[in-house]
Amino acid sequence: MHIVVPIKQVPDTARVKLDPVTGTMIRSEADAVMNPLDLYAVETALRLKEQYGGWITVLSMGPKSAARSIKEDLAMGCDEGILLSDKAFAGSDTWATSYTLSTVIRQSLSFDLIIAGERATDGDTGQVGPGIAAWLDIPVATYVSRILSFDGNRIEVARLTEDGYERLSVPLPSVLTVVKEIAVPRLPTLRGILKARSLEIAVRGKADYPFQDEYLGLQGSPTRVVKIETPLISRKGAVVTIKTEEDLSQAAEEFVRFLSQKGLI
Amino acid sequence: MEPGENEVWTLAEQREGKLKPISYELLAWGRSLADKLNVPLASLVIGNGISQDALESLIHGGADRVYSIQHPLLTHFICESYARVLQHLIQEHHPAVLLGGATTTGRTLLPYVAIKVHTGLTADCTGLDIEPGTGNLLQTRPAIGGNILATIKTPNHRPQMATIRPRSKQPLCPDPSRAGVIESIIVQEEWLDNRVQFLGRDPLGEEGDGLEGSDIVVSGGKGLRKGENFSLIRGLAQELRAAVGASREAVDRGWISYPHQVGLSGKTIAPKLYIAIGISGSIQHLAGIKSSEQIAAVNLDPNAPIFQVADFGIVGDLFQVVPRIRDRIRKYRLEKQKEDPAYGCT
Repeated sequence: MHIVVPIKQVPDTARVKLDPVTGTMIRSEADAVMNPLDLYAVETALRLKEQYGGWITVLSMGPKSAARSIKEDLAMGCDEGILLSDKAFAGSDTWATSYTLSTVIRQSLSFDLIIAGERATDGDTGQVGPGIAAWLDIPVATYVSRILSFDGNRIEVARLTEDGYERLSVPLPSVLTVVKEIAVPRLPTLRGILKARSLEIAVRGKADYPFQDEYLGLQGSPTRVVKIETPLISRKGAVVTIKTEEDLSQAAEEFVRFLSQKGLI
Repeated sequence: MEPGENEVWTLAEQREGKLKPISYELLAWGRSLADKLNVPLASLVIGNGISQDALESLIHGGADRVYSIQHPLLTHFICESYARVLQHLIQEHHPAVLLGGATTTGRTLLPYVAIKVHTGLTADCTGLDIEPGTGNLLQTRPAIGGNILATIKTPNHRPQMATIRPRSKQPLCPDPSRAGVIESIIVQEEWLDNRVQFLGRDPLGEEGDGLEGSDIVVSGGKGLRKGENFSLIRGLAQELRAAVGASREAVDRGWISYPHQVGLSGKTIAPKLYIAIGISGSIQHLAGIKSSEQIAAVNLDPNAPIFQVADFGIVGDLFQVVPRIRDRIRKYRLEKQKEDPAYGCT
């Protein structure tokens, strides 16, 4: 079985600091890391490979430095990495991104499953997974939280919705996007790290695949960002500090007043 | 102009034939856009066994036209079939705008359709407007964990598509005197895709339901020290008729199940009131709650980042504070009921 895992490199939200005055993000301290939600996709692919055998290709589009994130996946046990890095891809929205990734998948990878994270933590759209499925005209199951069974031709999954878990039977090839509940990602082993170090990551560009130029990058993107604002999140509300029994009653009193003023009780 | 041409469309959502609140919220957004553009507003319903009353309720909720697309094989949401239905309707009628909910359904279906009809899609919008002059849809959405607000447009492709965050607008007051047209679409066999089979649905159990749809969410975190202490959170939630949420730490420790997790790797919610108890407020947690109307926090540590975003904070021991505020709320309700026997009946 050949599994393709598309991943994205994103700013590290864990290392981002908040400006205490404005409450906004201080970007300069944000290091780039692999999208943390992609780890669940990598882990899901590794477990399927362990159980049923197979080959895992990690695919990413981004700057050359994104090779580092792919290396992490190789250290966890993935088999090969492809990085799409080209100025022509810059400024892609989710439409152009899913076009670019699906073209590479269709042209060069005979795949059975594509497993992606639910969304990336920077753009927060979750649109590229279903978008790849649409380009390849294959089924998609999103928000997958459990794999129930797999018989080589079909995979049964549970997807987490607002109303509960929906069980679906999905034929291969198909796209799954997975949520955190599906598995706890493993840490890379020392052996894995050494192996990853020796593996080459193929860096590919526009010239390597039969792309339609007008679908690439900013030019190929139907959406345009027209304005970016940084909202203030610091609310500086009232804070009651409890030191005595009297403070406790006072706090409860003020809290109920707050609730009733806001029409919440 | 052909019927449907340049209309504003909203996608109603249903489960087992019952329409969900997002259907009416989208109509409220759609109504203001359609009025600005001076075009009709249509609601699309895909499913099976949806009653005439339910279809009419969409007209009462603001629609001028309802496209009813019903078939036994459309009973459950199957992305590929629903996408083909939408693709055919879009290609036949050429709407200007298509809005769906930023729900597990909308965030699956609309990205699939946007590729098929070659247009732009903006995810999880919290604001919509019409650009004066061009008539383009201006779509505003939070990104990077709520740290920025981006406004996006789709200047050259139609329809302009967006998913809209649930509860980002109040539905219009239903007006039974509103007139509109219900149009039944005959489903063509080739629209149906039988590759994926729906096997069944398992409910979430306990209070997992409704985290996204609740006015008030009470969440517990590491400060609870052990799983049993979640009873404090549940008790307060019950008193406030609220849903129960949790921080990643609480879920990772096995104190409560994943569907309750709020934050970057869990759910993004925007209730009227979010109460964080024993949650320090990591940037990942804040990303999931920043759009809440009001935030209250109880924490022992006065320097916890949660207090930076709180409208009301209590620095103290949650094991003392939570029972006390629960009692105080109960007392308040009883007093209110004495004054007005109808209080709290809804």
